[in-house]
Amino acid sequence: MSSNKFSPNPEENAIRERKKRAKRGSHFFAFKRKYLMIPYAVFLALFIIVPIAIILVYAFAKTNENGAIVGFSAEAFLSFFTSTTKLNVLTVSLFVGILNTIICLLIGYPLSYFLANRKYNTNAVLVMLFVMPMWINFVLRTGATRDVLTFLGINGGNHAYLATMIGMVYNYLPFTILPLYTTMIKLDKAQLEAAADLGANPVGVFFRSVLPQSVPGIVSAAEMVFMPTLSSYVISDTLSEGKITLFGNIIYLHFSQSQWDKGSFMALVMLILVAITMVVSHKFGKEDARTENALW
Amino acid sequence: MVKTMNPGEKLARFNKKQKTKSVLQKVLAQCFIWIVLLVMYVPILVLIAYSFTTATNIGTWTGFSFDLYVRFFTIADKDAVEIWTALGNTLIIALTSSLISIILGTCGAIGTFYSKKRWKGIIENVTQIPVVNAEIVIAMSLTIMFVFVQTYIFGGANIFGFWTLIAGHVVLSLPFVYLSVKPKLQQMDPALYEAALDLGCNQRQALMRSVVPEIMPGIASGFLLSVTLSLDDFIVTAFTRGAGLLSGDKTIETLSTLVQAKIKKGPIPTEMRVLTALIFVVVLLIVVAITIYNNRKKGPKIRRGRGTK
Repeated sequence: MSSNKFSPNPEENAIRERKKRAKRGSHFFAFKRKYLMIPYAVFLALFIIVPIAIILVYAFAKTNENGAIVGFSAEAFLSFFTSTTKLNVLTVSLFVGILNTIICLLIGYPLSYFLANRKYNTNAVLVMLFVMPMWINFVLRTGATRDVLTFLGINGGNHAYLATMIGMVYNYLPFTILPLYTTMIKLDKAQLEAAADLGANPVGVFFRSVLPQSVPGIVSAAEMVFMPTLSSYVISDTLSEGKITLFGNIIYLHFSQSQWDKGSFMALVMLILVAITMVVSHKFGKEDARTENALW
Repeated sequence: MVKTMNPGEKLARFNKKQKTKSVLQKVLAQCFIWIVLLVMYVPILVLIAYSFTTATNIGTWTGFSFDLYVRFFTIADKDAVEIWTALGNTLIIALTSSLISIILGTCGAIGTFYSKKRWKGIIENVTQIPVVNAEIVIAMSLTIMFVFVQTYIFGGANIFGFWTLIAGHVVLSLPFVYLSVKPKLQQMDPALYEAALDLGCNQRQALMRSVVPEIMPGIASGFLLSVTLSLDDFIVTAFTRGAGLLSGDKTIETLSTLVQAKIKKGPIPTEMRVLTALIFVVVLLIVVAITIYNNRKKGPKIRRGRGTK
């Protein structure tokens, strides 16, 4: 490969010849490794790019229930900003999403800290136990939570928000523990000890060293909780008995009534929310990449 | 007598104080961990406990019995058949979609790894979309596309069925296969492929015999991830399914959709308590197996870590 000149050694020539032939392939269609990408790229284009393009079009179209376009209008767009029910969906979703993220972090953060710290816990199996519920069907778990809460007297009828929040925390807590635990395991112990040696009290050590080091874990944990909460359907539908309508519920409603235009518009709004969240978390992510570089 | 402490005594007393403090901290931390764990498991454990009684509602215990288990394994029981059908559907869908995902995803990862930077950038960015996107948006956009295709290409004939469902599940899991194979390709020694060519393999043989074995762990973890994602999925299934599979002429029911349909009407059906118990046992066995495997693999490492501390 290094030179194209023929060497005087006939054996080497033969090897080079064979390699060339292998590269060219024995068929007239020359196989190259990069061609393996083609089916993947086609799949991505057909099932990811095209659907998003279609909701962009449908969001500003009028459709009949067969999904055929019968005209274009900005009605969905205007009604979103004028109808209180739809703005309500947005505010309630954001409220539930933010609250759930905060609660999950408040429980998950100290929990992962204790789990990852040798001083408090030496049992690695415990982490598995926290992640284990993720492998049990989540609809089944949600139903179980609902039934137990009903037995305790908390149901969608009297405490719709409380029941929904409990269900959300139950479902998303394992998702926060995993990323937080992985960052906590990687905490620079030497830095913590150095901070303590240099006179920081435990509170100082926490705010100056532990917290800044664990920002990536917090960001990815929040990402794992926030968007899925906004768009969840089963949990809010089951636990609030249909009283709380999140983005997931309203999109599902449009789907079940074959209102493709309205559904598309709500999906588009959701997509914009996803994009905003991504930009925000990316910004935080970049910041710690910078501090990480500074550390090294 | 004047009380004087020599420095050694002072240090010992200080150490003792510190020790009791750290023991207290450890106890409190352990309490916190175990309380959260216990609270998290309450619904599942209560449900499993109630699989040993025939009461329809949780909270009213009507005596210990194995009746529900007997009913669950009786072919004639209508509810049990429903659950078994859903279970079968779920497994078929999970395995098929994961298989397609690992083939497409592995090929995609290999192909992208060896292609030009511009293509690489585009593919990686598009791969990220389903990872960060809300599941309901994926489901809705796919469904609208299928509706569009159905109306404008198939002239209104229903195309929703097994394959639209599989397409949905593949979209969900494909990026995770790609993302678990990619790091293995980066870790791989590039000389291996060259060596295979030098030793007389053609390109395809070189790929199959040198690259694929190297990235096998990545493919395996991608497969497991796909299976778990597919087993647990509700939204995409509910949107993209049609008639077919074990459900015959009726709409395909998976475990998630069946349970959802039931709990919308009332408490979890009694037979499903048995199902929960069985799933719990299976998952527990898997966790135990993984723990034992990990301990065996990392055994000496852990011991060394403790020694140095």
